[in-house]
Amino acid sequence: MNFDEITKLLSEKFGSDVIIEVQKGGLQPALIINPNSIVPVCQELRDNTNTWFDFLSCLTGIDHGVESHKFSVVYHLASIPHKHQLVLKVIIDHDRKLDSLPSFISVSDVWKTAEWHEREAFDLLGIQFEGHPDLRRILLPDDWEGYPLRKDYIAAEEYKGIKIKE
Amino acid sequence: MQVKKTRYDQLIENLKPEEMIINMGPQHPSTHGVLRLELITDGEIVKEVIPHMGYLHRCFEKHCENLTYQQIIPFVDRMDYLSSMNNDHAYVMGVERMMGIDKIIPKRVEYIRVLVCELNRIASHLIAIGTYGIDIGAFTPFLWCFRDREHIMNMLEWASGSRMLYNYIWVGGLFYDLPVGFEERCTEFVSYFKPKLIELNLLLTDNQIFIGRTAGVGILPLDVAINYGCSGPMLRGSGLKWDLRRTDEYSAYPELEFDIPVGKGEMGKSGDCWDRYKVRADEVAESIRIIEQCLERLQKELKRGPEFDPRAKLPKKIIPKEQEFYIRAENPRGELGYYFITDGKTEIPKRVKARAPSFNNLSVLPEITRGVLIADLVAILGSVDIVLGEVDR
Repeated sequence: MNFDEITKLLSEKFGSDVIIEVQKGGLQPALIINPNSIVPVCQELRDNTNTWFDFLSCLTGIDHGVESHKFSVVYHLASIPHKHQLVLKVIIDHDRKLDSLPSFISVSDVWKTAEWHEREAFDLLGIQFEGHPDLRRILLPDDWEGYPLRKDYIAAEEYKGIKIKE
Repeated sequence: MQVKKTRYDQLIENLKPEEMIINMGPQHPSTHGVLRLELITDGEIVKEVIPHMGYLHRCFEKHCENLTYQQIIPFVDRMDYLSSMNNDHAYVMGVERMMGIDKIIPKRVEYIRVLVCELNRIASHLIAIGTYGIDIGAFTPFLWCFRDREHIMNMLEWASGSRMLYNYIWVGGLFYDLPVGFEERCTEFVSYFKPKLIELNLLLTDNQIFIGRTAGVGILPLDVAINYGCSGPMLRGSGLKWDLRRTDEYSAYPELEFDIPVGKGEMGKSGDCWDRYKVRADEVAESIRIIEQCLERLQKELKRGPEFDPRAKLPKKIIPKEQEFYIRAENPRGELGYYFITDGKTEIPKRVKARAPSFNNLSVLPEITRGVLIADLVAILGSVDIVLGEVDR
């Protein structure tokens, strides 16, 4: 199935408001999905034998920059039987305050790959994944403060008495 | 922020009186680096494995926010430090496709890239096989593998100037052409290495003690492997013919003949540790086949000439158009992916995310080690073949 057919299949199955935008320029077209329906969409893409996206290659959390107040999660799907790939995106607005993290819905029930990738996004970008069974920091120490990949992150002066800045 | 109990907290809280928590690592030799496994054990039985990593986290993605595309290559080298060439190749291909120069790369450059990548793949698999032997208690294969690997290290050092972290493949070309006499030296190595590979197989593959320790242990069913995003020898060991060198047909691979070895469950069940080991051992033989074909072409129709310049197609400034691009390629450990976001204005990428194969391969470990013996856990972890530089990035 090519990209247009998948777009059509999704909008027929879930209604036209599930796909917010189709990004076509560039080498890999992407579908921007409604944040609330990402799990059923992924479930359908995985289980439908015409699409059969059984392999989640990569899951990336993105901070769109200090001015834009947007966070997104990008899913790179691959199908082993059909050998095609697809990019899905979910974008939400967030005011960048640290007392409430931007919240997405976890797809770790659909692909287990997502479990560690979502933990990584949580760790480095401070993105909350609702329904994730084990959302802890994965690469940084448990008591690390702040989220280093955020564009407004300022590196700490010291960590446990160890000077880390010149 | 609401505090929800994670699965980890629940596991620790619901510990039964007969269960005990044991730390394995980060200094344990069989964890192949600095991985800490927290084991919940009942006597000799492992009830649950909780991997903790990050001891080797070097902020790869944070560094990429401040470096140009060319400057990132040495950092890419240090991710999977056992197969730097393969890391470079994948990264460079991604940047080249974004620049739109992937079609104008000279054939000789592509063949040299494949040649050094396959040499590096053999070196990487030799480490995997050698250290796996030592995990299980066989010391000799380790010494033999390191002896043969040293030849490859010497050759790649000759070409690039560095023993392990090469920075040899550049965007648009290569650092230098192969040194004069490299092809002959490499041919010599191939004829030296072929009988050694047979010896290695005699020592490990059909060794009854080795089979006893690995066959039927740590069985990874195919559906679980796919669901957890396993790739490379992990996925092929479970019986699926899935190799991105064939699926994506990148670089010079479509013109080369090689087979994709898969695990058939010859000694135990399909997807056990022995199968994963066997896939690696067979892949070494396939890489030798690829190297022979590359060498033949590099010495005949793609012979070095005075007019050949590996830096001829190097772009003056690497500024790809504004776009997002995900490239994937076959690393010795599986699918290595890079996700680029570019702004089209500067030489510095907005974001580079690396999808490391070891990271995903390791995530399946708790699933396949439930209820095994501690000694078998060592065998299973060794067969996953992780490189912590890549898990932690």
